[in-house]
Amino acid sequence: MFGGAAVYLCLVGIVETFSRRWVIADVVSLGHVVLLAVGAGAGYVATMSHGEFARRRGPLAALAAGALVGASPAALLVGGAAIDLRVMFINASPQLYQILALGHAPAAAVPLLVALGAAAGLAGWALAAMAPRARRTLLSGLVVVLIVGIFQDLLQLLLQGPAVVTAVRGAVFTVDGPSAGGAAALCVLTWAVLAARGRYDGALRRATASLSPGAQRGLQALRWALVVGLLLIVPIAGGPFVAQVMVLVGLYILMGLGLNLEVGFAGLLDLGFVAFFAIGAYTVALLTSRGEHGIAHWSFWAAVPAAMAVSLVAGILFGIPVLRVRGDYLAIATLGLGEIVRLLVLSDALRPWLGGSFGIVLIPKPRIDGWELSGPRELYYLTLVASGFIAYVAWRLQDSPLGRAWMAIREDEDVAEAIGISLVTTKLLAYGLGGAMGGVGGAIFAVLVGSVFPQSFSLLISINVLVLIILGGLGSLWGVVVGALVLVGLPELLREFGDYRFLVYGIVLVVMMLFRPEGLLPAAAQRRELHAVDDVPAGEPASAIAVSGAGSAEA
Amino acid sequence: MSVLALDHLTKRFGGLIAVSDLTLEVPERTIHSVIGPNGAGKTTVFNCLTGFYRPDEGHVRFREEQIDGLSPDEIARRGVARTYQNIRLFANMTVLDNVRVGHHIHVTGTWLGTVLNTRAARLEEARVLDEARRLLQFVGLDDQRERLAKHLPYGAQRRLELARALASRPAVLLLDEPAAGMSPREALDTMAFIRRLRDELGITIVLIEHQMRVVMGISDRVTVLDHGVAIAEGPPAAIQRDPRVIEAYLGARHAETGFASDHVHGAS
Repeated sequence: MFGGAAVYLCLVGIVETFSRRWVIADVVSLGHVVLLAVGAGAGYVATMSHGEFARRRGPLAALAAGALVGASPAALLVGGAAIDLRVMFINASPQLYQILALGHAPAAAVPLLVALGAAAGLAGWALAAMAPRARRTLLSGLVVVLIVGIFQDLLQLLLQGPAVVTAVRGAVFTVDGPSAGGAAALCVLTWAVLAARGRYDGALRRATASLSPGAQRGLQALRWALVVGLLLIVPIAGGPFVAQVMVLVGLYILMGLGLNLEVGFAGLLDLGFVAFFAIGAYTVALLTSRGEHGIAHWSFWAAVPAAMAVSLVAGILFGIPVLRVRGDYLAIATLGLGEIVRLLVLSDALRPWLGGSFGIVLIPKPRIDGWELSGPRELYYLTLVASGFIAYVAWRLQDSPLGRAWMAIREDEDVAEAIGISLVTTKLLAYGLGGAMGGVGGAIFAVLVGSVFPQSFSLLISINVLVLIILGGLGSLWGVVVGALVLVGLPELLREFGDYRFLVYGIVLVVMMLFRPEGLLPAAAQRRELHAVDDVPAGEPASAIAVSGAGSAEA
Repeated sequence: MSVLALDHLTKRFGGLIAVSDLTLEVPERTIHSVIGPNGAGKTTVFNCLTGFYRPDEGHVRFREEQIDGLSPDEIARRGVARTYQNIRLFANMTVLDNVRVGHHIHVTGTWLGTVLNTRAARLEEARVLDEARRLLQFVGLDDQRERLAKHLPYGAQRRLELARALASRPAVLLLDEPAAGMSPREALDTMAFIRRLRDELGITIVLIEHQMRVVMGISDRVTVLDHGVAIAEGPPAAIQRDPRVIEAYLGARHAETGFASDHVHGAS
């Protein structure tokens, strides 16, 4: 099965595409990593499936499994030389064979591949036999190297400027990618950090706990200041492209926070959430556009509250017909409502006002006292402020009487009603407030693009937002942030891998639902108390991504 | 004066008559039990009282005001709270939040106040927390308050459900088999607890219960339902001697061997 997977990865072209990216310059490419990971995965599974016999037969089984995985690309190599596979598989190109042959002649490459596969299988066995803690440390080091390899362009970009920074860059990277020495240093550094953390973590915790409340609050503030500081310098350090991606992430965070209010807090499944995004965008478009459809020529700042108000009312109107609908039927009903909004703005009947399929154009950028927020960096800050504000509102609501009433409805609607919670008011507030948050996202989207078209508000956006909050952890605010970064940010940054990112995206989703259905950062009940939300260290999101990355690589 | 009254209440499900022409008066500060074999319509009565079902005929009155036709939350606001036969907690919420949300009808602040973190909202939140903790101490769960409700043992879940119902400061409390699944010892504790609710908090209690020992021990009056019809009503002593009641339970024994006979032994 794993051998098949290896051949499959070759034939669909993943290996070839990935090979253009050196994880360690001129030594190991991402394509090799993928194949080796398959071998190690085979070894790991083979060991695990032997259970009690792991001591004796484990290594042998892993060795055999790995060798088998190595043999399949070798077979492909030999077979490919004999028959032209390109008739069926356009990706079975000479380049692929070159990659598989590892620079040797095919005859020499076959035993080498089998041996490498066996070695990978043995590594898989070693991983399985290792203490979980050691395994985590080891894998973390490798994953860090992998991440640095994948994001090398971005990192190289970030590491520009002062001499110290440039020196670091020189140490780790060559022109083609991370150097062997640099990669090894990174790996060892990660191990050292993890080992130190393992040893001093307890002492550090005790030390923090023994501080006075004032000092603890200071530490807390320091942490937040660090996070905010980091967020502020992202577009400056990362350049316009990163800023652009982060704006997109921010828009999804806004929508995610809104939908999380409905689905995560109140348990009201909503597949038509894009409607609010569209309503927010169209409200701003109508109120500010300098084109023929503009009706008021308001400034952006006056239009945003209006967009919030309109989408709040829209949310309430949206909720009324589905008040008595539950579960699966609710999903279908909201799906229909979302489509209605899209079809309304597309319709010919409303074309004189909403522009039909031509949309509304000439939406001016927001201005502060003559300074136009036009570039991605400026809009990044706008999105940051908006997301921060909305996240604060969501956080306040979470631990409030209304938040508890929402959760009660999520848990048991009948009982909630029997203890005096008005289902009508509470549900409509969830739709209304959630809708208003989506509306803010739409408002920023309108000025970001400068125009609004019905095509921008497809069902796919609703589904994406739903997926990101499930991936992050339903009901968890940090989960929304992490989910948006992983699902929106990563694919944008990995554009060069073309359509394979969606394949990886799909694999990540399936693996997540199998092994971590509660999400990356679940809303633990203990964390719901006011202070504990801050306990998530700034580094948490990054490590969570690393974990998911490792999961998909093993798969 | 009766705080709760049923006036010729009838509820049908299709062709089945679940409750037929039931008239009942529950005076203030009394403990009134509704007993009867399985399927006699006891829980249906509760569901009509709380507005979950709408009666087909007849009326429900709370303090002389007609409440049938109101929605469950409106009835809860007037001061009727209940527990369930199969415990229905908010499983994924903490013990504390279960009780705090039970307090919902007395919360006057709006969400806007919470978001703006106004003084009134903070004070109210502190008051809610205070009252919830007092109730948790009352049922002996304060040290468990941060646990998820679903992680509590069975007996503690029953007490938590009670605390949640009490959090709305009800005038009438409907208890659906509060001693179900309990040992005789625990059932005795529960009896004492229910009596305290009446004596200390002045709550009127309507009780559905299978364990005769519990019913006969604490009830001021007992109504016996069989196939939706009230076949007897009176003080416990009279009910125990009533030939129609014995007949109903003995009749049930032929159908469900053993189970019903347990009730009769408990009663005698």
